[in-house]
Amino acid sequence: MKVLVPIKRVIDYNVKVRVKADNSNVDLANVKMAINPFCEIAVEEAVRLKEAGIATEVIAVSIGDKSCQEQLRTALALGADRAIQIETDEKLDALNIAKLLQKIVEEEQPQLVILGKQSIDSDNNQTGQMLAALTGMPQGTFASVVKVEGDKVNVTREVDSGLQTVSLNLPAIVTTDLRLNEPRYASLPNIMKAKRKPLVVKPAADFGVDLSPRSKLIKVVPPATRKAGIIVDGVDTLIEKLRNEAKVIS
Amino acid sequence: MTLMFHCAEYEDLLRVTMIRDQEMLNQFLDSISKFVRERLVPAENEVAESDAIPDDIVQEMKAMGLFGMTIPQEYDGLGLTMEEEALVAIELGRTSPAFRSLIGTNNGIGSAAIVFDGTEKQKQTYLPKYASGELIGAFCLTEPDVGSDASAVKTTAIKQGDKYILNGTKRYITNAPRAGTFTVMARTDPSIKGAKGISAFIVDASTPGITLGPKDKKMGQQGSHTCDVIFENCHVPAENIIGGVAGKGFITSMKVLDRGRLHISALSVGIAERLIDDALRYAIDRTQFGKPIAEHQMIQVMLADSKAEAYAAKCMVLDAARQKDLGKKITTEASCCKLFATEMVGRVADKAVQIHGGAGYISEYAVERLYRDVRLFRLYEGTTQIQQMIIAKNMIKDIQ
Ligand SMILES: Cc1cc2nc3c(=O)[nH]c(=O)nc-3n(C[C@H](O)[C@H](O)[C@H](O)COP(=O)(O)OP(=O)(O)OC[C@H]3O[C@@H](n4cnc5c(N)ncnc54)[C@H](O)[C@@H]3O)c2cc1C
Repeated sequence: MKVLVPIKRVIDYNVKVRVKADNSNVDLANVKMAINPFCEIAVEEAVRLKEAGIATEVIAVSIGDKSCQEQLRTALALGADRAIQIETDEKLDALNIAKLLQKIVEEEQPQLVILGKQSIDSDNNQTGQMLAALTGMPQGTFASVVKVEGDKVNVTREVDSGLQTVSLNLPAIVTTDLRLNEPRYASLPNIMKAKRKPLVVKPAADFGVDLSPRSKLIKVVPPATRKAGIIVDGVDTLIEKLRNEAKVIS
Repeated sequence: MTLMFHCAEYEDLLRVTMIRDQEMLNQFLDSISKFVRERLVPAENEVAESDAIPDDIVQEMKAMGLFGMTIPQEYDGLGLTMEEEALVAIELGRTSPAFRSLIGTNNGIGSAAIVFDGTEKQKQTYLPKYASGELIGAFCLTEPDVGSDASAVKTTAIKQGDKYILNGTKRYITNAPRAGTFTVMARTDPSIKGAKGISAFIVDASTPGITLGPKDKKMGQQGSHTCDVIFENCHVPAENIIGGVAGKGFITSMKVLDRGRLHISALSVGIAERLIDDALRYAIDRTQFGKPIAEHQMIQVMLADSKAEAYAAKCMVLDAARQKDLGKKITTEASCCKLFATEMVGRVADKAVQIHGGAGYISEYAVERLYRDVRLFRLYEGTTQIQQMIIAKNMIKDIQ
């Protein structure tokens, strides 16, 4: 069984994010980048399926400029067998990403596509669902348990009311939640071996997909800073302040 | 083949296998820094209090490949260049040095004699096992009466047929309680007083006639262990002489020194950066006289001086490491680095405690522990005074 894992290069979660002075976007100059944590969980899950003898090949794919090869190498070091970079300098929105991934799915015919539920930079939470719609494959999103049984995959999902388990016919799409697994650390020998694993580059323009943007980023502003609270000396002062300062009671 | 040739050959080997690949090096450093931050730093207190590194962490360190960083690639190691090793040591410096000590001997004095001068058979027998961490190698030079004057080794190895009989006591041997092999410096020719009478042996820890003393109680680096290793009529096969030739052991042991000194220097830089980070965070958080102490000028002086010194040491280490990778002789530079970087981290640790005020004396804060941990770096792999001696002697020799 082939498993396809799309991954995204994002700002490292340890970095303190700053907004550009002109509010056009987040400032990425000289900022440490990393594999999106949810995507890393997806790679780990695929590699575990391979170690369990269920998956035969794990293919990592990323869409972006040359720099996303770094994250593909990380995926290879974590245990993916080969990697595909769909090369583009454009920042594509989720639908265009999903359309390109659809082409890779058609080429590679994976039985399972595992994606992160969202990327920590734009928090869209759309790509997996869109890919499911485009390919007509069933989807199990927010997975906290993934079990392949015969020609089905059972996915336990983290939903508001608790845990819901769905059974999907393969081929299927799964998106990962935080508690699915704890990714391993890339070992130094495996980082070295990853250098010799195949990584092919395919220009995005070659896929014949209309990549014109569907949405436009207008403005990015940092969250408002919260003012420090105060400790009041009693219920009477509290009520007085809620009434006269905060004006939330009358 | 001359010893010099052996050494040049090893340097070539390193250069061929050099990871001059920035992207891969970045991935190494990323993975190590993540492991340090997420696994080792949270375990520091437990390690210090229980005086032991938990087994699961030891296993993870093996799985990460940390035991074989300097072992050549053809023996299953990573064959890191000196510059790469220095950068890795800086990353490892951001946590308790007890963890580094566990992998320190396999990446340094515990394996180096075989890496430099071992016979092909010795290399194939031991190096892959050091690289995986399956075998821990310890290095036995120091004795109760032999310290800085290392060529005065008193332990004897007297030839009897196809065996040598070892007698003597080795002191403060790092990782001895875990060791599977000892590299032992012993005098094979008691009629020769100095270095030339000393040979290096690779001795299996299970050989009859070896006893270990109790673990030494130390000032710091709890979780890392040293003890005496006592040889009493210990029979060692003659083929266990490293390199197969008697009388070359001391020269062998000196070859590892430059590398080891740069490693300790880089480690000192990493720990200094950690200490500065802890002190800075504390200074920003802690308020006295109505403002964060970081805004008081006298605290700023301590922060700035620490930063400048740590940066200077880092530049020195990386410069010396690059020169070594280019095949230059850097004995003087390595001693300069060890002298400056280890004294520097002592001063930085002292200031980090000072910035913490009373809290700096309380074990709840890491600076109290690190202050004691870094004291060792001025003592082993050649004391500060020994580095000063080497530097000055080389200066005088070079001008004459
Ligand atoms: C935690 C720890 C781990 C160690 N691990 C190992 C190990 O794995 N293997 C191993 O073989 N050894 C090990 N050692 C031993 C270490 O290398 C020695 O302690 C070190 O070389 C100093 O020797 P010494 O203790 O005998 O001090 P001494 O040589 O007695 O020195 C005492 C003082 O005299 C000074 N001094 C000595 N000679 C001169 C001189 N000519 N001019 C000026 N000053 C001088 C020294 O600088 C020092 O200040 C370890 C030591 C410690 C504490």
